Amino acid sequence: MDGYLQFKGISKQFPGVQALDNISLSVNEGSIHGLVGENGAGKSTLLKILSGAHTQTKGSIFIDGKEMQFKSIKSARDSGVAVIYQELNLVPEMSVAENLLLGHLPTKHGFIQTSILDAIADRQLASLLEDIDPHTIVKNLPIAQRQMIEIGKALLLNAKIIAFDEPTSSLSEKEKKQLFTIVRSLKKQGCVIIYVSHLLNEIFELCDSVSVFRDGKLVETFEDMHLVNNEIIVKKMVGRSITDVYGYKSREQGETVLEIKDLKGPGIQKPVNFSVKSGEVLGFYGLVGAGRSELMRIIYGLSEKESGSIFLNDKEVFIKNPGNALASGIVLCPEDRMREGIIPVRDVNENINITVRKNFVKFGIFLDQVKERQNATDFIDKLKIKTPSLEQLIRNLSGGNQQKVIIARLLSIETKVIIMDEPTRGIDVGTKSEIYQLIYKLAESGKAIIFVSSELPEVLGISDRVIIMRNGQKVKELDRADVSEKKVLHFALPENNKQNTIS
Amino acid sequence: MTEHSSGNTANRSFDIMKILRGFWTNSGIVIVYIVLFILFSLFIPYFFTLRNMIALGLSVSMVSMVACTMLFCLASGDFDLSVESIVAFSGVIAAVVINMSGSVFLGIICGIVGGGLIGLMNGLIIAKIHINALITTLAMAQMVRGFTFIVCGGQARSIGNANFFSLGNGNFFGIPNPILISILCFVVFGILINKTTYGKDSLAIGGNIEAARLAGINVDRTKIIIFMVQGLMAGFAGVVLASRMTSGQPNAALGFSLDVISACVLGGVSLKGGIAPIKGVIVGVLIMGTVQDAMNLMNIPTFYQYIARGGILLIAVTIDQIKQERLRKST
Repeated sequence: MDGYLQFKGISKQFPGVQALDNISLSVNEGSIHGLVGENGAGKSTLLKILSGAHTQTKGSIFIDGKEMQFKSIKSARDSGVAVIYQELNLVPEMSVAENLLLGHLPTKHGFIQTSILDAIADRQLASLLEDIDPHTIVKNLPIAQRQMIEIGKALLLNAKIIAFDEPTSSLSEKEKKQLFTIVRSLKKQGCVIIYVSHLLNEIFELCDSVSVFRDGKLVETFEDMHLVNNEIIVKKMVGRSITDVYGYKSREQGETVLEIKDLKGPGIQKPVNFSVKSGEVLGFYGLVGAGRSELMRIIYGLSEKESGSIFLNDKEVFIKNPGNALASGIVLCPEDRMREGIIPVRDVNENINITVRKNFVKFGIFLDQVKERQNATDFIDKLKIKTPSLEQLIRNLSGGNQQKVIIARLLSIETKVIIMDEPTRGIDVGTKSEIYQLIYKLAESGKAIIFVSSELPEVLGISDRVIIMRNGQKVKELDRADVSEKKVLHFALPENNKQNTIS
Repeated sequence: MTEHSSGNTANRSFDIMKILRGFWTNSGIVIVYIVLFILFSLFIPYFFTLRNMIALGLSVSMVSMVACTMLFCLASGDFDLSVESIVAFSGVIAAVVINMSGSVFLGIICGIVGGGLIGLMNGLIIAKIHINALITTLAMAQMVRGFTFIVCGGQARSIGNANFFSLGNGNFFGIPNPILISILCFVVFGILINKTTYGKDSLAIGGNIEAARLAGINVDRTKIIIFMVQGLMAGFAGVVLASRMTSGQPNAALGFSLDVISACVLGGVSLKGGIAPIKGVIVGVLIMGTVQDAMNLMNIPTFYQYIARGGILLIAVTIDQIKQERLRKST
């Protein structure tokens, strides 16, 4: 246990959640260490601590035997640590060269020296095997090339420790190969590499050792990749058999509630048809950018439809904004909880009642605070929302509890169709399981549920029927009896990618 | 915080500390004001006299009224820089209409409605064309100011009908009308922000506009109403001012918009939106006015007063920022 990079007893406490619990881990120079685990297992939190974005509650980080105190992202960078996230930190309006050297632009008497800038950028791009004109504006580049620029940035700062967070999620097969070549050459140069991925085949292809995380704990580190296989890792990751987490129960299904006919709009390439019955859980699966969320946004009135119609209980409804959707009984639990769900500076009570409160009002505008508090208390009870009081600001709650508040908001009003877009993203396993149980309960009470997720096991685990989307089109509809991971992926993946990713 | 929890006495003092700290984080600015007020009363002659208190109340009445509606702008994450021009515009309109028609009532209505129309335009441009509030209201401020000069030909218009003057100069049981109007505004808008869907929707929009939209709040309509009410209120304040000055002044209220916003921010209203306590606005307005009044009583020259006012704003906001950051770190 004395590698170049060492974590010793790292713990991180967020309000209500132990995000990391006593993590110790050591990685040598010139090796690639994989981190795997479900969403919310703690991998990202560990990376954020390494990058200086978060400070650990307990424990310390050692680099080359020296204890480090990262107070900011800058101090981590100065110590040679670079973390490359899924969301890239580039300035979209600036050129490739400027982005590569941002913060360290070569200057003379305060003026930028364009020739030196270009020369450095050219050399850096060549070493990354990229054929890009350094004057290209970054926003005109595809995601994969932007990612390469992010890596180039890290290398220009002489980063010795480089962590990748799900780097291939938006890359094509060819780009992935290119990335792997670069990661391997970094390893040869003696860098310490940490590689986080959901895709176990990538871990096996690339890594020299792997650590499995679950619920904030490091379950096990495997130093020799020859001694493990897929099955062992999955077992360690989940900690129990999949069926326990999902606890699927079949239900009586009723009449068709929502019917979508030839719907087309922003992000949807070909008109989409589908329907969902009362009591049914309809799963939507597709890769990022497949058009799932875009479709839901059109149904909910957030983006304008170009053609097609929406029928609710056989009657056409015209939805122009979320207010219309809510009035007709369609609710949406948004994909991005922080950006579209919570109102961080307001309290739990207001966040629950924001939609329903206009139904409680007296004399047109006066709030009925008694009814609101009653409603909030009921849901805190029913959904087991962990909050010290109704007046607690929602931003102080854990992700899982914030999500429950959003769900309480939706369930406060009369609903027929409940659309949930990634409702379990970034939520711990326990709460996930509670949300699944809640979904079954809602379905049993006659609601039609649309469940959108990019986590395949989850979609398969809880849906009665699955619709698969790709490139803004509906490509396949499968009944629960017919689905398998392999089959769904076959339809969801782009044509040129199929042979490689199914493991 | 854990170091406090050893032993029984330490525990109790920790509880008291916690209560005090809670009060400080929630109402720090109120305490600062009370302390300030007591110090001024003790050390500045004539400060704590009925006459000075009434003068103080009168001096903050304009800011008070407009701050009540600015509260909603700030709550929803916007602000309005056109109020200063609306105040001048409405005063001049009232003066011109009263002189032309001889009807005080018509003059007052025209002044208020004129302000409301400008506010409505602000709201429509911001909500429907999606131009940000800074640019919209800045542009509107200049246009309205120009229009005001044109209407009155660049000259102050004195008002011929003396009945109009009682609005701003009259009193009720010895308390001047503008002060009573300000108090009424604080009560009405305090209820509106805390107890109505209008207030809570404004706060939700400022807290997270996307989330508010998804939750079914009609964001555009709410924004338009906020700016329209702001315009109506600025118009009313302009009419009251014209009545106090017995004339419509096209140069009135220069720099007034920033006075109003500073007072709100001083009281803890967040410029980012979502946080807008009415008690903060009241205290913010009072601190600004009281310090000014005290400086006048001490014969401090105007030039130094500017420095003091700017300094106070900066210090108050800095303290608030430090408090917020500490709060964020502890969670």
